[in-house]
Amino acid sequence: MQTYYSDLLVIGAGLAGERVACEAAQNGFKASCLSIVPARRSHSSAAQGGMQAALGNCAKGEGDCTDVHFIDTVKGSDWGCDQEVARLFADTAPIEMRRLAHWGVPWNRVVPGKSFFFKGGEKFEKYEKEENEGLITARSFGGTAKWRTCYTSDGTGHAVMCTMDNRCAELGIDVFDKKEAISLIHDGETCMGAVVRCLRTGELEVHLAKATAICTGGFGRIYKATTNAVICDGGGHILAHETGVVPIGNPESIQFHPTGIVPTDILVTEGCRGDGGTLLDVNEERFMHIYEPEKAELASRDVVSRRMTEHMRAGKGVKSAYGEHLWLDIRHLGDKHISTKLREVDEICHHFLGVNPRTELIPVRPTQHYTMAGIRTNKDGAVYGLKGLYSAGEAACWDMHGFNRLGGNSLAETVVAGGIIGAKIVEFLKGYETKFDTKAINLEIKRQKERIHDITHGRNGKLNVYEVRNEMQEALMKGCFVFRNKEGLEECVSTLQGTMEKARQVGLVSDGAGPNHELAAAMKLEGQVRLAICIAQAALMRTESRGSHNREDYPERNDAKWLNRTLAYWREGADMPELQYEDTTPLFELPPGDRGYGGGSIIPADEKYVKERTVKSPVTEIGKKK
Amino acid sequence: MGRQLKFEIFRYNPEREGDVPHMQEFTLDETPNMTLFIALNRLREEQDPSLIFDFCCRAGICGACAMVINGRPGLACQTKTKDQPTRITLHPLPVFKLVGDLSVDTGVWFREMYAKTESWVHTTKTFDPTKEEERMDNSVAEQIYELERCIECGCCVAACGTARLRDDFMGAAALNRIARFVVDPRDQRTDEQYFEIIGTDNGIFGCMGLLACEDVCPKGLPLQNQLGFLRRKMGITAMKHIFRKK
Ligand SMILES: Cc1cc2nc3c(=O)[nH]c(=O)nc-3n(C[C@H](O)[C@H](O)[C@H](O)COP(=O)(O)OP(=O)(O)OC[C@H]3O[C@@H](n4cnc5c(N)ncnc54)[C@H](O)[C@@H]3O)c2cc1C
Ligand code: SF4
Ligand code: SF4
Ligand code: FES
Repeated sequence: MQTYYSDLLVIGAGLAGERVACEAAQNGFKASCLSIVPARRSHSSAAQGGMQAALGNCAKGEGDCTDVHFIDTVKGSDWGCDQEVARLFADTAPIEMRRLAHWGVPWNRVVPGKSFFFKGGEKFEKYEKEENEGLITARSFGGTAKWRTCYTSDGTGHAVMCTMDNRCAELGIDVFDKKEAISLIHDGETCMGAVVRCLRTGELEVHLAKATAICTGGFGRIYKATTNAVICDGGGHILAHETGVVPIGNPESIQFHPTGIVPTDILVTEGCRGDGGTLLDVNEERFMHIYEPEKAELASRDVVSRRMTEHMRAGKGVKSAYGEHLWLDIRHLGDKHISTKLREVDEICHHFLGVNPRTELIPVRPTQHYTMAGIRTNKDGAVYGLKGLYSAGEAACWDMHGFNRLGGNSLAETVVAGGIIGAKIVEFLKGYETKFDTKAINLEIKRQKERIHDITHGRNGKLNVYEVRNEMQEALMKGCFVFRNKEGLEECVSTLQGTMEKARQVGLVSDGAGPNHELAAAMKLEGQVRLAICIAQAALMRTESRGSHNREDYPERNDAKWLNRTLAYWREGADMPELQYEDTTPLFELPPGDRGYGGGSIIPADEKYVKERTVKSPVTEIGKKK
Repeated sequence: MGRQLKFEIFRYNPEREGDVPHMQEFTLDETPNMTLFIALNRLREEQDPSLIFDFCCRAGICGACAMVINGRPGLACQTKTKDQPTRITLHPLPVFKLVGDLSVDTGVWFREMYAKTESWVHTTKTFDPTKEEERMDNSVAEQIYELERCIECGCCVAACGTARLRDDFMGAAALNRIARFVVDPRDQRTDEQYFEIIGTDNGIFGCMGLLACEDVCPKGLPLQNQLGFLRRKMGITAMKHIFRKK
């Protein structure tokens, strides 16, 4: 068996993982990255919109500063984030964007003079200043007070991913693709690396390191309908959770988007509704205005998702070979509008549906989009429970997103957190020597070999991997989606407990030889069901509505009781998670208040509690410290 | 009732002892809006879980799913079955090393390409976090991005006659990569330095200019223009070289 050594092993080579690796390599440490796919195919490359940083260079970004970015982020999180982390993030983001420019990202730049922009279908004029010519410009994104989203045309994630991967090549970092980490090597206290399955040959390998960082992105694929790539399946979360000592932070915090296309759940932009597109049901009738008389289709992401689900539950969905959906209608916007302003939507319709949106309806449904839930770390990115283990990016619950992340904040998080946490890892490595415990290593290899043998030979049973996976995905869609209530969640938990029994009894239909996919799916199935149960159980216990977590039976945000973060542990041999809670944030720079959108009432927190934790000079609504 | 589709799929798993390359036939009922992504996943989940193929984004943006579809390299995720005849033949991309069935090793090929082209901005400047960013003309930024849109799917390489004949031919994707750095004012490499990399038969002078590469590029990259641009530039550089030596 092949063994590899490095100072830092990064599991995942998306933007977060590669940024962490660069920081270590720049400081003279040997870093290596693992990825299921070539690094540039990581999901980071799919982000088109952009990334937020308060540079304040463009006309509509004038007066922006890191304070305002901080306020937007905290409000966006529905006061569910760690404010120390949100502050660190907002302050560092501009520096990271400039660093990316230095490394080669072709950011769009300020072009001086008069230009037009659209808002709510209306045309406005703006003037860009001569003196700002050539600085990094920004566009508008939902939930932000200023234009703050840096971008490169319609391919921000792709462009930044290319530059980051080039930087890794320049620094000589080993980026191993087609390698999947399947378990961590640890002794209950310290992490020593991972057991890895080569997806070219099916062979197992050992990767040992002084420090390990999990940067494996989100786990949307445990839901049936998701905008996420097929590799966003929770592999990294499962590695950490399975140790029994690492908690998943806020598992109930999952973001949904109203308009994924059916069947493949590729995202079509909110711009469709912004520009006047409407949602129709099975009778081709509008329905949003019935639920939301004022805003109708233009209500916020989570609200529209909820109403669509409600309407389908009322039997108004369109039945299809791929389950129920609704229609998005942009026919009335006309050819000119569609071929210029909604070109990307036009292309998606053409390539993936064969639909002409000028004359035909687009099948859509709400779909899982982002996981705020993640491997819980402290503000240095160190994972709770194991020494030498770190996490960054969407995989982590570093916790600057709380219960709802803002558009453009997650891509920015990958590089900002990657830089900050990379530097903390460097500090750790500088004062650290270790001996690898061969007993722990050999034990883990043996355990994995046995697991593979048992699954391939049907020793645990003969249940079909894909059928069991399907049952899990359906259970989450039914009970733990945009709408949640006690009955639905209880049913979901009990269904999933049955699914877990089944997940323990899967056996392969194929022989599992070489880079076999069925084996990969089977190996992570039980871990996925555990994650699913954590989501459902944590959602059942959280009797309030906050951000994306919507309880029909508890519509108010309850700061008196729930200004805290869920920590879900899965102890060895257990059948249910152990839920613990910790304070959301050690301090308030922005004391709890109204989000300003999304409606809902708030049960206020204890005044004394808030006062004691509020820092001496909190920021004000307009963003200056008092 | 939808059509019944017949799939002819190339099968070979080098890790299975005694396996030999062969074609295997599958039958599947077509459903509305079916893409090859849906079809192949259904085949694997319902009929033969040993099938090996790659998908990642399933949205035409990552380049993972390139294969030869009825004789033509393309992205499987954005190929709708309704645009294909009832008989669909699938092969892995040629030129790249076969992993199994329809999956090839583009990762290693492209990583070697980064090394050959030194695919990063070469500059002597260091980053100063306290300073404002260096300015750039927006039109230049857009021009760079247009060349950086390559998703490394490998279709152009698979379609290229020269690449099929010669292992060490750099291919249109690599030459396009060089063009990206040539137009970037941040990269301080000189024409001579670029010439060192691509001024050979393995590089720009090996290209026969038949443009199969541009025809199949799913991102519609202007490969033809870039190849022409580099050929002219390198031609001039070669001339200078000859005269200087004399
Ligand atoms: C359609 C879409 C559009 C988006 N648009 C935006 C946007 O405009 N702005 C924004 O801010 N955010 C956006 N996001 C969110 C953002 O793209 C992601 O949150 C972010 O890119 C995640 O980056 P990451 O580095 O954490 O993980 P990823 O980029 O997902 O990388 C994960 C890496 O881990 C590897 N990996 C996974 N499991 C294993 C394993 N077991 N072993 C080894 N390797 C493994 C993968 O191969 C990959 O390299 C969007 C998301 C989607 C789905
Ligand atoms: S034009 Fe050149 S690179 Fe393109 S296919 Fe022909 S020989 Fe290959
Ligand atoms: S140039 Fe086009 S065909 Fe070639 S690898 Fe890039 S995207 Fe694919
Ligand atoms: S799966 Fe990403 S391009 Fe097809």
